[in-house]
This record gives sequence, C-alpha cells and structure tokens, in this order.
Amino acid sequence: MMVEHFPRKNPLLRTQTPLLPPAARSRAAHLLTAAACAGRFELPCCTTCNAFAWPIPEACPKCMGEIALRKAPQGGELLSATVAEVPADPYFRERAPWRVGLVKLDCGPIAVTHLGPLKEPGARVNVTLMLDRAGQAVLHAGPQKGGAMQDDPQWQDMVANPRGRRILITDARHFCAIPLTQALVKAGAAEVTLGLHDSWKPFEGRGALESLPCVKIESLDLGSDRSIQDMAAQIGGKIEILINTADVLRPGWLMSPRAPVEAKAVMEIVAFGLMRLARGFGPAMASRGADGARSAVAWVNLLSVFGRAHPPELAGYAAAHAAALALSHAVRAELATGGVRLMTVLTGPTEDEWFQAFPPPRVSADALAKAVLDGLMRGLEEVVVGDVARDLMARLEENPKAIERELAQGRMYGGAA
Amino acid sequence: MNDLLSSLTAALSTGAVRVVDLTLTLREDFPTIVLPPEFAQPSPVRIERLSRYDEAGPAWYWNNLTFGEHTGTHFDAPAHWITGRDIACGTVDTMPPEDMIAPAVVIDCSAQSAADEDFLLTREAVKAWEASHGRISPRSWVLMRTDWSHRRGAAYANLRDDGAHTPGPDAEVMRFLVDERDILGFGTETIGTDAGQGGHFHPPYPAHHYLHGAGRYGLQCLGALDQLPSRGAMIFAAPLKVHEGSGSPLRVLALAPGGQT
Repeated sequence: MMVEHFPRKNPLLRTQTPLLPPAARSRAAHLLTAAACAGRFELPCCTTCNAFAWPIPEACPKCMGEIALRKAPQGGELLSATVAEVPADPYFRERAPWRVGLVKLDCGPIAVTHLGPLKEPGARVNVTLMLDRAGQAVLHAGPQKGGAMQDDPQWQDMVANPRGRRILITDARHFCAIPLTQALVKAGAAEVTLGLHDSWKPFEGRGALESLPCVKIESLDLGSDRSIQDMAAQIGGKIEILINTADVLRPGWLMSPRAPVEAKAVMEIVAFGLMRLARGFGPAMASRGADGARSAVAWVNLLSVFGRAHPPELAGYAAAHAAALALSHAVRAELATGGVRLMTVLTGPTEDEWFQAFPPPRVSADALAKAVLDGLMRGLEEVVVGDVARDLMARLEENPKAIERELAQGRMYGGAA
Repeated sequence: MNDLLSSLTAALSTGAVRVVDLTLTLREDFPTIVLPPEFAQPSPVRIERLSRYDEAGPAWYWNNLTFGEHTGTHFDAPAHWITGRDIACGTVDTMPPEDMIAPAVVIDCSAQSAADEDFLLTREAVKAWEASHGRISPRSWVLMRTDWSHRRGAAYANLRDDGAHTPGPDAEVMRFLVDERDILGFGTETIGTDAGQGGHFHPPYPAHHYLHGAGRYGLQCLGALDQLPSRGAMIFAAPLKVHEGSGSPLRVLALAPGGQT
C-alpha cells in the first residue's frame, strides 16, 4: 500500500486560535440541527398546507400552519453563485474566498447555501443539510453527482475526512479495531495509533495491525490516569481524530452476585475512562481546531444503543453507556469551542463474542467500521448502526414505555443474556 | 530480652543484620491473576491523585488507591481458599500477629526455572535441599526462589493459549511441607503460590489447597529472594488489617545476616 507523505508543520509559526462561524439559532432552527446531526435531508414543511419553507419559520408563511421537518428531495437549481472575497465575519475572512449560492430547491423555496465548485447559473445541484464548524445546521450545494468534494475546502471544513490525519483508536482489542484501522488507512490516514490495555496479556490482532502502514500499537489503559497522561504527553498534540472504542461487555442482571463488581468495571472504562480521555486529550484537540491542513476535527465514541434503552439483563452495561452518553454532551460542548465535532456511534448487539447469546441481526465489524468512516466523511454527530439500534431509536421516539416493558419481559431478545 | 532487642538494634545499625525489602512496587500496570472472564475479576491497581500541591489541595499530596486483595506483592490468608473456610482466625484481621514474624528458608530454583518455565518443585528436590542445608524447621516460611521477579510485563505473566506458564510447587511437595514439615507458609516470586498450570494438578491449585486447608499462609509476587541466605532470614509479613479480608498487598521485609547471600 502506498504511503502518502504530508508536510510537517512549521514549528516557528503560531498555531491559529480556532474561530467558529456564527452559531446563534432560534429554538425552532434546532429542528434542523437534529436532522443534520444524523445526516437526514429534512426541511421545514407546513403540516397544514404541505408547503416547504426556508429559512425555518416559526409558522407557515402561507397559512400560519404548524411547521415540522419532512423529508425533502435533495435536488435544486443554482440561480446565482457569489464569491465572498472579503467577508466581514472573522471565521469566513480567514477562509476567503468563500463561495455562496442562491439555489431554487426542487421542493419550492429559494435558499442561500454554501456552494461547492460551481459557477454557472442553471446548473443542477445536490443540496445537503450539514453541520458547520459551530455545530449548526447549514445548507451546502454541490455538484449533482458528488464530484470533487474531496478537493472542495468548504466541504472539507465541515466534515472530518481521515485523509492526512493522525488518529488514535483507544482499544486495539475492540472487535472492530482491525477493519476500522484498515478502513482509515485506506482512506488516507497519516498515522493510526491503537491503544492496548493489559499489554502484558497476549494480543492476537497485533500481527494484522502492525502489517498495515503507519500503524502502531501503544500501551493505553483507560482505567488509569497515569497511562492516559503518559500517552497524551507523547502524542496528545498530534491527534486529529480520536476514536474511543473502549468497552467492557459483561451481561448480567442487577441482582446477580457479580453485578456490582462488573458494573463498576464497565463504568471504570466506559464512563470514567471517557472522562479521563477527555481530560487527557480534549484540551489539546480543542485548541487545534484550526491548525492548518491537519487541524483536529473529530472525537468518536462507539457506544451502545442500550445506553438509551436498557435491557435488564445488561443492567450495569446499559447504565455505564447511559452515563457515557450523558458525559458525551459535556465533552462535545468543550470540544465545540475549537470546532471539533463529537460523533456518537450507537450499535445494538454486535458480533463481539460477549453478544454471542443474542439473536441476529448483529452488527458486523465491517459494517461498524464502514459506518464510522461514513459518519466522519459526512461530518455527522449521531450515527445509528444496524437494524436493532435503528428500530429501538425509532420506537423510543414513539413510545419509550413500550420498549421498557418489552425489554423487561425479554420479548425483544428472549432473555438472551 | 531487652538485651536481645538492643543487640538487634546494634546489629541493624552496624549492618551485621541487613533489612531486605522483598516487595515489588505496586504499579498500575502490574499483572494480576487472570481468571476466565465470566468470573468476577479483581480490580487492578489504581492510583488516582487527589491533589499534589495544586488547586485541589495547595499544600499536600495524596492519592486514592484501588486494588484487589490479591494484587502486587500480597498475602493469602486461609479464608482465601475453600479448604480454609472453617479455619478459626483465618482472615487477615483475626490471624495471630505472632505469625507475621517468622524464620524463612529459601530454596534456589532459579537455574531450573530459567531452563523450564513450568519447572515444578518436588518433594525429592526439597529433601535433597535438606540434605545439604538441614531440615526445614516447623513454622518456617519456605520461599521458592526462581528469579521470576526479574521479568517484566508479558514475560512475567507468561500467558499462552493454554494459560500461564510459571514455575511453582507440585501437589506432593505441598502436602509434604504442610503435613511433614509443619511450615507456616509458602512464598513465590510469581503471580500465585501455585504453578501457572496448577489448575490442572490434583488437587487443582495444590499450594492453595493444602496451605489454607491447614491454616497456613501464602506470599506471592516476592522480589529480592536472591538477597537472602538459604537459612537464617527472618520474615516480617503483616497484611493490612482488612475486616474479614482474605489477603492484602503488603510490605514484606526480611532480616538477614549482613554480608551473606
């Protein structure tokens, strides 16, 4: 495999302070945030007259009906293209020239959008609802067939492309670590470091990982302040994407004899480990959100959907993941000061051996790796992987009590654990 | 008696009696016993800072410690094993303090262990040792020197697909030492008092089985046994007074004649 070499930073130059695009939004506008976080193209639509509206209004401008988000066609026509050579806003001024388009959306409204490498009025465009560096929903219009988005600096500023970036995967023993590393290397990652806990124990994946270019394995134990400090002191300022794969799955009912010890062990890694990681790596990443071509861009937590819906046979595990999900909000808020995105990837049962007794469908390592890559490339904040997780999330919106009862009665997994 | 203690004090000050620290440093990355993961696992060593002359405590430094009872250089009380469950005063808080100071013999198995990671100490080997060093006195510690404590990390745990491969005693020698030599305890440099493959012996884990069933003790993860004479050392092994504790990490000190190894 060819290894691409990336220019080193000039150590004499000051690292820029990360600036953010304007972040103020109305409460109604955060409907769009929810859709953009998950990568859904949904636009404001009147629930009475079914007319789409843009920008998001408090009520339908035609009939004063209630506004809700609705899936919309992504096509549009470029009416005009403008290049802002000297924008007033400091964030855009640093990145000027910045292209802005006026687009007639196929669903009706005319919208001002960020614009890809397009010039000619009349061109067909593909419109995407995405998160900007401030974490707010914006429209981006690009070539209809995707095209050269890899080379579009405006697009790249909003996503977390692994190309050229130095990446830390926190747990090399995670069932998905090998395909995930392979996918990152294939996507052009400059370096991938994998943390290995209990490095005094055998690790059968070592050969497969170390055979990849630019991959190294280092001792890292999320249960240990010292271990995290040791690694952060070495490479904390050189990580642009952190993927936290650390997990400890120990199925068990709350009242089983092992439950307190096992729940504590899971909490130590999944919840407190996340806190330790955030303290060790968060400040440097947040400060490097505008560090030239290799700015810090994303923090990924692989977590379980059972942190949202809690099967009693996974009592401690579900509680630890719920705690990690809650902590994620704090980590996200601090990283956001530097424009670094926190992406949560939720799965249901996976092919991890500890889910052995759970019936299919279970998420494979390849599918999970692909979902992580896809989420990074699209700049997402929430990724839900697999049928079980998607079903649970949809049904939680609909009737969380029904989920609780069915999980308690073992009707969803047959008391698999 | 006062003369005796005064003489000891003088001997310590002149170096005629040496203090040897047999303890390995309690570190967060120190290997622990590995059980099948479906069993409850001991907490590894965790040292979490409360403050170090900083805003959390401007003039003082201290940590929170977390560890299982059987972590690092540690002591096994009789209650640790099922065979010792009915022993009176079989936990670390109730055991007689007189048992915390006792003589020790050191059986040097370092050459054999270097040649064979699964080296087993046998009754014949102990009798051969006695032939040249004298009979093991009752209520003595028997310390098995393997120089295993010179290893680190993966080499120390030495785990393979079929479990740990570390030297230790066989079943017959443990029965012999407990029943016929009335030893106080057995100590090793490895993670357990039993050999790495001791789970396959009959009975499984014979050091645990016989020692604790007879109310005797275990010491493991010892170091510096190469600094002790074959006979003549005195061991100070006082576990933490943990309520109903089955064992604890501890500082193990030996008094040894000065200038001798």
